[in-house]
Amino acid sequence: MKNLIALLLLLLLSFGVVASEDIELQEANIDLSNNASLQRGAKHFVTYCLGCHSIKHIRYLRIALDVGADPKQVLKDIAPEGANIYDQLHSAMNAHDAEKWFGTQPPDLSLIARSRGADWLYSYLKSYYADPKSPRGVNNLVFKDTAMPNPLWQLQGEQHAEHKKNIWGDEYTKLVLNEPGTLSEGEFDIFVNDLVNFLVYVGEPVQLERQRIGKYVIFFILMFLVVAYLLKKEYWKDVH
Amino acid sequence: MKPSRITECNEWFLARFPLAKLWNEHMTHYYAPKNFNFWYFFGSLALLVLVNQILTGIFLTMNYKPDAKLAFDSVEYIMRDVNWGWLIRYMHSTGSSAFFIVVYLHMFRGLLYGSFKHPRELIWIFGMLLFVALMAEAFMGYLLPWGQMSYWGAQVIISLFSAIPVIGDDLSLWLRGDYVVSDATLNRFFAFHVIAVPLALVMLVFLHIVALHEVGSNNPDGIEIKDSKDPWGHPVDGIPFHPYYTVKDIVGVAVFMLFFATVIFYMPEMGGYFLEHANFIPADPMKTPEHIAPVWYFTPFYAILRAIPDKFAGVIGMGGAIVVLFLLPWLDRSPVKSIRYRGGIYKKALMLFVVSFLVLGYLGTQPATPTATIFARIFTAIYFGFFLLMPLYTRWEKTKPVPKRLSSVHSLEEQLPALIEEITILKPAATEIGHTAFKGSSFTRSPNPEGIKNVISRLAKKAIGSLD
Repeated sequence: MKNLIALLLLLLLSFGVVASEDIELQEANIDLSNNASLQRGAKHFVTYCLGCHSIKHIRYLRIALDVGADPKQVLKDIAPEGANIYDQLHSAMNAHDAEKWFGTQPPDLSLIARSRGADWLYSYLKSYYADPKSPRGVNNLVFKDTAMPNPLWQLQGEQHAEHKKNIWGDEYTKLVLNEPGTLSEGEFDIFVNDLVNFLVYVGEPVQLERQRIGKYVIFFILMFLVVAYLLKKEYWKDVH
Repeated sequence: MKPSRITECNEWFLARFPLAKLWNEHMTHYYAPKNFNFWYFFGSLALLVLVNQILTGIFLTMNYKPDAKLAFDSVEYIMRDVNWGWLIRYMHSTGSSAFFIVVYLHMFRGLLYGSFKHPRELIWIFGMLLFVALMAEAFMGYLLPWGQMSYWGAQVIISLFSAIPVIGDDLSLWLRGDYVVSDATLNRFFAFHVIAVPLALVMLVFLHIVALHEVGSNNPDGIEIKDSKDPWGHPVDGIPFHPYYTVKDIVGVAVFMLFFATVIFYMPEMGGYFLEHANFIPADPMKTPEHIAPVWYFTPFYAILRAIPDKFAGVIGMGGAIVVLFLLPWLDRSPVKSIRYRGGIYKKALMLFVVSFLVLGYLGTQPATPTATIFARIFTAIYFGFFLLMPLYTRWEKTKPVPKRLSSVHSLEEQLPALIEEITILKPAATEIGHTAFKGSSFTRSPNPEGIKNVISRLAKKAIGSLD
């Protein structure tokens, strides 16, 4: 028995060691009830991302309804010119060109938000740095040799990587702003956060709705449980 | 009085169909032992989940496209564009995990109380066939969303067949319908998932229940209730399934639905276990993911596969881990059924088996590092040891005498008042001056550290003592 417990402890410990290799991600502040943030994020997405990245599983109308905006306003402020409110958010770039230019088709970022998580996407968008050795002149700390050039460099400015050692002697890389962009560091954080917030919303538009409905469903089931239990008790009175 | 039209219709129908006979035989005159505990909920819950899967599956099929170019998009379309599509999909995806949870607990109940032993071997065999069909159903259903994990999971599992000597390569080619997993594979998996395997499942459930009702249910005491009957031929310790167990199972259904709804509405991905994160990336035959892990319910078997160094031997090991379960009724030589009257060896062996199953399940989700592989080998050995050494240790162990009639165990709800009495102290509430209206009737309970300590140590002693 004691051996078994020792073995299990050993097992747990041995897995703890394996788990901590990845780069520490920065935390995105996701708040899907913040309509202003979602609206800004939608605007940012259409301006900076939609050129290459489709999010074809959602329509402008759905976005308008979910982020509490007037559909006409969405068409005017957010959607590109000539878009219909029932349109899905398709990129204008065709797949063949994309393969030729970037070697891969730009993925649907709302799916990336769902598969890699908000923190990953947030950290990724903030972790570009100048790298003269890379074919595009930039590299990314979170996703090494990424195919995407930094679309937000004008806003963020240019970062470069500094290799340092911590007190335990482990090497780590720190990104330092070389040339400031048009946004301050704080403004840029909010910018990226709005964008990621929007993409997390698009990844599963129904999130808030299901959490709202869930309360009623669970309350109903609880009531049902009480009735079912009383019924069972009544029937089982005569079983000894 | 002239009978009404409805009564006439009923009579016409009943004269031609044995509805009353069926109802009586399987519900009101089917006598079940009266001492079923919470482990006995999982049979009816498995049926509930099956119905859930079939109903939600029908609705999903209305919008799903079994085509390599459209499948992924159609699933996202269901999730985001189809009204209530997300709910149906989450019910289906959570349902598949719930199915395995319920079935694993249902099988564990069999191990606890010896429900697979004589005369219920055939019920166990049908149950095992159901389990195999369920695994096939889940495996093929998992390809349909056409995400990265769907694709590469199927690629890995089908390629296992190519490890079989001589016919392996041709066999896996025949299964896939192509040299890699492709549109052809998706279409045939769709056909199997929506009609072939569900038909087999429903058929096997029917056989499982018919066989059960022929010999009657086992119970936590492992005693045949048919051995002691009253003068009218009814088992003394039996009660009619309907209404007693129908109303009881409804309580189980409510509790199950509470958990089920919580997952659906608040954690549908279950931290990447019910819906794997990598599966939100569309399948890409050119990009192999770094880490391919099957869904959690297959991971114990996947860990066994990886633990064995040779690929073909690994396939045999993985298959053997399931085949050996079929043999259980003949491996167990103990004269008693229930764990209540078995000796300590079986209890410890069963505990080790549960630990090995859980650890293998965890290891299957993790990358196969050298340390992890060593542990996987140790626990694979324990997994097989539990079954293959069973003929020896069940024969040796000293069993306890089995009573003739069901023993009465106090249920939790009967014990609860005494327990509350023990762990709390009743004190008159501090009454405020001038507030005498409820004087004498206001008492408060505060936790009693001494009592709590006693209860915990008693439980611990009981747990240790019950191992012998």
